[in-house]
Amino acid sequence: MSRTDPLIEGAFWQRQNEVIERTFLEAEQLHHLKETLDSVYSNVPFYKSRFEKAGLIPGDIRSLGDLRRLPFTTSDDLRAAYPFGMLAVSKEDVVRLHTSSGTTGKPKAIFFSRQDIENSSDLIARCLVMTGTGRGDILQNMMTYGMFTGALVMHYGAEKVGALVIPAGPGNSDRQISFMQDFGVTAFHITPSYALYISSLMQERGIDPGKDLSLKRAYLGAEPYTEETRRKIEYIFGIDVYNCYGLTEMNGPGVAFECMHKNGMHLWEDHFLMEIINPDTGEVLEDGEKGELVLTSLRREAMPLIRYRTRDITRIMPDNCECGRTHRRISRILGRSDDMFIARGVNIFPQQIEQVLMGIKGVAQNYQIVLESFDDITVRAEISKDLFDGNIEHLLDLQTEIADKIRAEIIVKPKVELLEPGALPVSEGKAKRVIDNRTM
Amino acid sequence: MKLKQISVFLENRKGRLAEALETLAQAKINIRTLSIADTSEFGILRLIVPDPDKAKKVLEKANFTVKENSVIAVMVDDRPGGLAASLRVLSDANINVEYLYAFVEKSGEKAVVILRTEDVDAGIKALKTAGIGLLKAEQVYKL
Repeated sequence: MSRTDPLIEGAFWQRQNEVIERTFLEAEQLHHLKETLDSVYSNVPFYKSRFEKAGLIPGDIRSLGDLRRLPFTTSDDLRAAYPFGMLAVSKEDVVRLHTSSGTTGKPKAIFFSRQDIENSSDLIARCLVMTGTGRGDILQNMMTYGMFTGALVMHYGAEKVGALVIPAGPGNSDRQISFMQDFGVTAFHITPSYALYISSLMQERGIDPGKDLSLKRAYLGAEPYTEETRRKIEYIFGIDVYNCYGLTEMNGPGVAFECMHKNGMHLWEDHFLMEIINPDTGEVLEDGEKGELVLTSLRREAMPLIRYRTRDITRIMPDNCECGRTHRRISRILGRSDDMFIARGVNIFPQQIEQVLMGIKGVAQNYQIVLESFDDITVRAEISKDLFDGNIEHLLDLQTEIADKIRAEIIVKPKVELLEPGALPVSEGKAKRVIDNRTM
Repeated sequence: MKLKQISVFLENRKGRLAEALETLAQAKINIRTLSIADTSEFGILRLIVPDPDKAKKVLEKANFTVKENSVIAVMVDDRPGGLAASLRVLSDANINVEYLYAFVEKSGEKAVVILRTEDVDAGIKALKTAGIGLLKAEQVYKL
């Protein structure tokens, strides 16, 4: 469903920056790139030695095209620099620490100066205003508050535009629903998997989210999800769902965001330089080609990052957007190069399987992919309560349908396990979709 | 003549069947007979109990996926060909049997079979017309 509000058209938080002509934007980018390079070269020993190894000094970078001469920064570099190794300002000038957890080893420590917090709030404010949220809105923030940037950065931006923010955090789902009812919540910020869970809980409680609540829109981020999932959530809640993208290393949410056209996310190019590379070779790809997103921060003070490998797979959408913003869009995140797995020699993203499952009647929202060997994939899907009629043939048919449709999408035919509704762990943060039990 | 049967969806997980049966035990529900249909990835537990509504309620409360549906309790002669005769009746009337399972206890000299046809009413009618004895729910629970 799409109820795009015509009033949103023409709504800008920082109009001049958002519709800036490309030539001016590029001049500005080059200026801030040079500043950033000077800062890291003089203040961060890690970068100084990296540049030296590459035989470069900041002055060698004279155009945006020279960017590709610089070495990449990886999440391993950030871990190795833990705790203070990447700091480009003195500790006294840092006002906040966030961490980005990894599955292994030390976290990545990400610092914010006061100006970094201002900037990240402004970027969120742009995102909210362009999708219709402002003064008078009540935003329930259902992301995890704490070391994760998802909730706090959104919180500051939403306050900045004058919305009333409910810092609910995730979990305690019945209370979440009561808040929505009691305070007339109009917007919420949530992970896709938690949105699906809340929707099924509402249905269990006899609440029709489309009729009994005042919700108008939701901001979904932190996990990659498919267009099918977006439509499903829009349909169940009777709202507009906007896709947002961010990562802790680059302030958190608000790096790229959908406008009312819901067709790709505008990446704020006055704050970040983007490149798409081949994740295997590091070669920079043309606009429109699918690859790994690499970001260089242009305005971060406390901890600027040069050519940071996000591991997120997307592509640049070079065409102009009807909304008038000149910042190029990226497509929804197609997966993380970390999440991608290979079975029978085929590259597979969990989102491909999710897309199939969402299109099948009788399957609930939750699923898991289990890898036991390099030849076999097991997809574990919860059946929906309504589907079960006691007839085993109907279950066998469903199993076959799931296996066949997944094979059509990913070439490999999976083994399908049907689970009881609610059997899989409910995620209130990032959902763990792939269980890899393979040993090398 | 219809008999209520409880079907429980069971995923292939160690102890899941035991959990279902324990749930019934705690509610003091005595199982009269049961059958399990299974594939390698999941199964369906079918139960005949004296208080099917209560059984459904306690199982659902314990997060099981449950469906109540109707079956027929057929009395068959306990001799070679006894069951075949009843099935012939249904086959001749073009009624498909989805599944059947036996009762442990006998009703007098007769063996009891729980039978599910695609169209339960048609099944009852065909069997009755052929003079085959059917048991009412109360009679089944007393066995």
